[in-house]
Amino acid sequence: MRATEPATKPVEGGPVETRTRYDADTLAALTADATAIMERYPDPRSGLLPMLHLVQSVDGYVSRDGILFCAEMLGITAAEVSAVATFYTQYKRHPNGTYTVGVCTNTLCAVMGGDAIFDELSDHLGVGHDETTDDGAITLERIECNAACDYAPVVMVNWEFFDNQTPETATALADKLRLGEDVAPTRGAASVCSFKQMSRILAGFPDGRADEGVGAGEPTLAGLKIARERGWTAPDAEAPATGESQAEVPPVTGAPGSSAQRQPTTPADTEVGKDKKPGEDAK
Amino acid sequence: MNLTPVLTDTWDKDHSWRLATYEGAGGYAGLKKALTMEPADLVQAVKDSGLRGRGGAGFPTGMKWGFLPPPDGGPRYLVVNADESEPGTCKDIPLMLASPQHLIEGVAITSYAIGCDHAFIYVRGEVLHVYRRLLNAVEEAYEAGYLGKNIQGSGFDLDVTVHAGAGAYICGEETALLDSLEGLRGQPRLKPPFPAVAGLYARPTVVNNVESIASVPAIVAKGADWFSSMGTEKSQGHGLFSLSGHVTRPGQYEAPLGITLRELLDLAGGVRAGHELKFWTPGGSSTPIFTQDHLDVPLDYESVGAAGSMLGTRALQIFDESVCVVRAVSRWTDFYAHESCGKCTPCREGTYWLKQVLHRIEAGEGQDSDLDLLLDLCDNILGRAFCALGDGATSPITSSVQLFRAEYQAHIDGHGCPFDPSASALFPYTPKTTSPGAALVGAVGAGTGGHR
Repeated sequence: MRATEPATKPVEGGPVETRTRYDADTLAALTADATAIMERYPDPRSGLLPMLHLVQSVDGYVSRDGILFCAEMLGITAAEVSAVATFYTQYKRHPNGTYTVGVCTNTLCAVMGGDAIFDELSDHLGVGHDETTDDGAITLERIECNAACDYAPVVMVNWEFFDNQTPETATALADKLRLGEDVAPTRGAASVCSFKQMSRILAGFPDGRADEGVGAGEPTLAGLKIARERGWTAPDAEAPATGESQAEVPPVTGAPGSSAQRQPTTPADTEVGKDKKPGEDAK
Repeated sequence: MNLTPVLTDTWDKDHSWRLATYEGAGGYAGLKKALTMEPADLVQAVKDSGLRGRGGAGFPTGMKWGFLPPPDGGPRYLVVNADESEPGTCKDIPLMLASPQHLIEGVAITSYAIGCDHAFIYVRGEVLHVYRRLLNAVEEAYEAGYLGKNIQGSGFDLDVTVHAGAGAYICGEETALLDSLEGLRGQPRLKPPFPAVAGLYARPTVVNNVESIASVPAIVAKGADWFSSMGTEKSQGHGLFSLSGHVTRPGQYEAPLGITLRELLDLAGGVRAGHELKFWTPGGSSTPIFTQDHLDVPLDYESVGAAGSMLGTRALQIFDESVCVVRAVSRWTDFYAHESCGKCTPCREGTYWLKQVLHRIEAGEGQDSDLDLLLDLCDNILGRAFCALGDGATSPITSSVQLFRAEYQAHIDGHGCPFDPSASALFPYTPKTTSPGAALVGAVGAGTGGHR
């Protein structure tokens, strides 16, 4: 385990001899928040991802100052922070628009209409993937599967769900955003917050809006609705067991077969205790 | 086969995500019972239930818990994999949005069972409201004494930290997730050592999927026999089946393992009106595709495996005859190339070249040797990549070339895609480009092997 104290000890008002160009108030606020983040984890380095979200909540992207700030808080190099910041797609390397409008163009959404929505939005806004409109309102993105396939085609605005979109609904949505009007996601808070506000939530500082919005949309409840209509329930606890527990010999801890988070690749892999570690074939 | 709402059972209630709603439906009975039991007996109960990992691999959950070495006085961790990102997979996100307490109760029971006093929920960062709901659920559970110090007077202490990721499919791989949770680039670790021995902060760690952990409370409350009374002999219990794509009523259908797609499609109103099933994935884009010949394959681990694919995450993506299989597979391949972490050469370089070849076939510039080239590339990735991402990237290609070789050849012979892309959309439109793959060559193809 690493040390539980950051190598660069924060002092009142911010790190000693900071190389950042934040003013004293900003630096003090950032330092207090970053300290709170680090305290959530046994090892403060675990706080780097939320800390980068925090930086984006102030600067609107991962700025030079933000990278230096994280490095100083954690006592690591700016290069180490940059290595992490450049790995994850949610960290922006240039100033983001007030709203990230992400169109899912992974296969399922794409064929259901996501490609058409992206093309229409791109024409309508005059920007391409990862580009921002001149007014700074919208950064348009192609996004990967966002786990809402039963609501395809899906558009995300600042990572809130806009389900079952069409080119018309998406351009109307974009127009509202550029006019500064509130927009309400299908499943989410009552209105979409700004990129900076969103980034602060993702840093682990909630905005008290968890109770807004629905619990589930129609597709989420599709099976349950049928079960209710037909009076289907899971068996009750007193029901006689028909299955048998598995007779199993656990592999030795740490030996091949003792971890599972990978996709089986051969029929043998689907038999308990016979799977091998990823990459074993490579040897 | 009847549907069996267990996890979904509270989702239609008013304010389903609130603790009071969950308690009103019998929630936390499992934890209260668990705290009167010996931890080892809980592990045994989950082993006896037959619960297998619901994140895709299907490894027995109780056995995974049993791999932890004996306590040595140091910390042990539970990390919940809530990084749901496999294309087509959309079960954990709605679960956490509608009923996060199901997960929190499972976290508390599991932590008690494995001797963990600090658990982590790693949720992908691209689902803002789910993160809000999780943070709120943890807060409510602390206030009610289900988390924190001396839980329910048992002497058991547990803290839970909900951690938001930042956009990286690879972090769904358990060791990459652990690196990411430690504040590093999310790249897989060499195994062994396995997380059970050296996981988070090099300490014994259990990593489980959301649905697996959320299934634990009912197993404890109602018994292992109750759980194993559902499903098949080797694939026991209930699971969320997620229907998406060209189906009349897409959505979540919670059923015993072993239900068939034919049965599910009947419940979901069938394939899109006026169309017929062409191909489908049983468990996400990394599982080899099926056709209508597989409608009666029982959706359990063994049967799907025997039929040449994998049950995966039960992400049933339905594509009708309007969909070009080359377009579908090419787009999945873009995804794998984009998400390859760059650590190992077969995956980093292999997915890049797969993408190039598929793009040129889709754009009508393919050569007769390209299909064999694709299969050769796949052969150099499968089993040679550092983790399962590379293997998964080959599944849609090898399975679709096997099932639809003539369709690939038609793109090469006809110098273009014979399909109208607008026919598969849910609304009428005039395509701005006739061959989407061709348009993408310049736009997205610029990236190289790195994650971005």
